[in-house]
Amino acid sequence: MLRNLCQKMFGRSLWVYHANSGGCNGCDIEVLNVLTPYYDVERFGIKLVGSPRHADVMLCQGPAMRSTAKALQRAYEAMPAPKLVFAIGSCACGGGIWFDSYSVLGPVEKLVPVNFYIPGCPPRPEAIIYGVAVAVGLVDKKVAPVTFKQLEMPIPRYHPADLRGSGELIVYEKAEKV
Amino acid sequence: MSLLSKLQETLVCLKAGRVTLPYPAQAGPVPETFRGRPIFDAARCIGCAGCASNCPAREILVVDVCQEIRILQYLGRRCTYCGRCADVCPEKAITMSREFETATDRIGDIRQRLELFMSTCQRCGRCFTEPSPLEQLKLKGYRFDDVQNERWIFRSQAYLTSEAAVDDISIDLD
Repeated sequence: MLRNLCQKMFGRSLWVYHANSGGCNGCDIEVLNVLTPYYDVERFGIKLVGSPRHADVMLCQGPAMRSTAKALQRAYEAMPAPKLVFAIGSCACGGGIWFDSYSVLGPVEKLVPVNFYIPGCPPRPEAIIYGVAVAVGLVDKKVAPVTFKQLEMPIPRYHPADLRGSGELIVYEKAEKV
Repeated sequence: MSLLSKLQETLVCLKAGRVTLPYPAQAGPVPETFRGRPIFDAARCIGCAGCASNCPAREILVVDVCQEIRILQYLGRRCTYCGRCADVCPEKAITMSREFETATDRIGDIRQRLELFMSTCQRCGRCFTEPSPLEQLKLKGYRFDDVQNERWIFRSQAYLTSEAAVDDISIDLD
């Protein structure tokens, strides 16, 4: 549903606004790398703009920090109505490695609603392009939650009552799998 | 003059060629040393929770739901792919894959959950603690049998003379 909405709303081009709310600059450099001729995202009509009032998409980097929380929320409110927020990097997705620091509030979804997550520290430029391509519906997302279950006890349970002596040899009759 | 310079500029631009990578259509090679998201192998995991206690982002949670089942959950939200969990894993159950295309619209998509059977004591039915690393060293890796004196000798002390070695030993054979 979100993808259909994206295709309808952002059919032509995404103008992105680049908001760093206290990251280490690694993700910023990867985002700038995306805009270079090697990973030319202007192929998809993506353009970096300097003001949130011109933007469709806000790229959030860095965790939600106490000192920049208000500024991030104001930048989000300044964007015109059909708007997307991408959380780029581990800090924006989950709070980063200093998630328990006094100045870090947590992931940016505590302040603004996040539509797409691109984890990585920093994510590769390809990963960022992949996230944008997932958002505009060029490719499908690859990850899904995984649950592994051990259905059988790997070690057989031992019952001393099942020992049968036959002459010198003691035979253990059943090895029950739990 | 200006037309000539424009032509020159065109030539320079043509000579540079195309450098843009055809990324979403065709994936390029990932460097050998690249670390992507960790993959947990439930068949190898013994549930020692070493990864959980080593994770700097505290993204691996371990909980015992009952006596025999331990749940190990990797959330991956703020994982920096540092690889310390894979380093510390004694059974090599965690491999750092080279998978980076993990962009998603729900953060729960990068979760991995292992439900493991924990072994219990076959007599009393309770979980038992493993021998400490020092005891394990004493039990297997670090000694050899001295047949002449009918003794065990710790390998760390094997360079000592036989009399000194005998004084150090307190374990006797049956």
